[in-house]
Amino acid sequence: MRPYRPKKNVQAKPYYTDRFWVAPQIPKESVEDEIFKKDLEELKSAFEIKEAYIQRGQLVVIIEPNINKEVLKHLKEELDYEILSEMSAIDYLAQSGEFEIFYQLLSLGKKRRLRVKCRIKEGEVIESVESVFRSADWSEREMYDMFGIKINNHPYLKRILMPEDWIGHPLRKTYPLHGDEAAQWYEVDKIFGKEYRDVIGPEQRDPAYISTTDTCNFARIYHEVPRCAPPDSEPIRVEKFNDDAPLVETFDLKKSKIVDRTR
Amino acid sequence: MEERSFGMAQHQVNYAASAGLPVALTTVDKLVNWGRSNSLWVLTYGLACCAIEMMASGASRYDFDRFGVIFRASPRQSDVMIVAGTLTKKHAEFIRRLYDQMAEPKWVISMGSCANTGGMFNTYATVQGVDRVIPVDIYLPGCAPRPETLQYAVLLLQKHIRKRSIFQKQKPKRLV
Repeated sequence: MRPYRPKKNVQAKPYYTDRFWVAPQIPKESVEDEIFKKDLEELKSAFEIKEAYIQRGQLVVIIEPNINKEVLKHLKEELDYEILSEMSAIDYLAQSGEFEIFYQLLSLGKKRRLRVKCRIKEGEVIESVESVFRSADWSEREMYDMFGIKINNHPYLKRILMPEDWIGHPLRKTYPLHGDEAAQWYEVDKIFGKEYRDVIGPEQRDPAYISTTDTCNFARIYHEVPRCAPPDSEPIRVEKFNDDAPLVETFDLKKSKIVDRTR
Repeated sequence: MEERSFGMAQHQVNYAASAGLPVALTTVDKLVNWGRSNSLWVLTYGLACCAIEMMASGASRYDFDRFGVIFRASPRQSDVMIVAGTLTKKHAEFIRRLYDQMAEPKWVISMGSCANTGGMFNTYATVQGVDRVIPVDIYLPGCAPRPETLQYAVLLLQKHIRKRSIFQKQKPKRLV
């Protein structure tokens, strides 16, 4: 049986140091590729580009948010990037109070992928690119739904995944995984009314829930403290060993303890 | 007076006129429950991957028709609702509405972990068990349960129905 190690203060002194692991950056390379070089020069002649580099073989172009539609239109009509394969936002509110919006483009003729990025502050609006790429319609709606970013001149700006009367924007980093209070009671409030919360009672179904004080149902049963002992009680010291048990060759009797004979 | 023969019927027996021979004695309960339990029409409520198992149960290998279980696409024609899959909060309103539209007596089988407790989707968007919204009669564990398991649940439900008295109104079931 494994030896007992005191776990009383285990949260206060974390033994696990890389808990908030930060993913390594992908190296940014200079633009060497001929097709990308040509495209970038043409873009630079038409618009103000803040930064441009190659990441994983794809050109990343960082622009000001107010010219996003013009840049994408130029990329589509002049430079042949005809597919918007993905667009969304990333929440950097905690770091810099900004959202990063990215547009992932694909050119089938050139066999190249290009990413346009821009950053907006919270509460700022961004121009819709739906008139350039039709696929941006739902993507922008999802962006509005999940992050609360408002979009100018969108034909039908409405929540796409969550119900219309939902409170909050779930993909923000500040949104709790289990939902806020309105989210946790959403279906009950909607169907039965708020008074019914008392009838049902709070949700008791967290499958990851572990009680540190409940020695009857969790963790320490039979191992460290007696069953249903008070949580702060000392682990019992066993003086008597299981002498008449059949011995296995590798079994070291001195090192192991049998805490409960009735088990 | 009409002559009666109690031996082998030599003539055509008119059951309505001749005081109902031969006679079978039973109770109304048994008769009605026999009918109810052997014609459980199911409202298909496929929400996720459990629906695939539910479809497999209905298909020829497991053949639900032999229990009188026939899948219906309308709540007005069905007695049992098999909730097969993850119920999202956006959809909770509609499951309650469809449950209310079913005619009494009605039963609910909650199929699979997601319908029972929310399963592994312990998130803001998932209802943590359909019993928060509609009362459930049978909880069927599994992820996803095999067709045999669903078959067993239906047989259990039949057993449950046969025990009931038909004059009893269905008690309003409690939500959990």
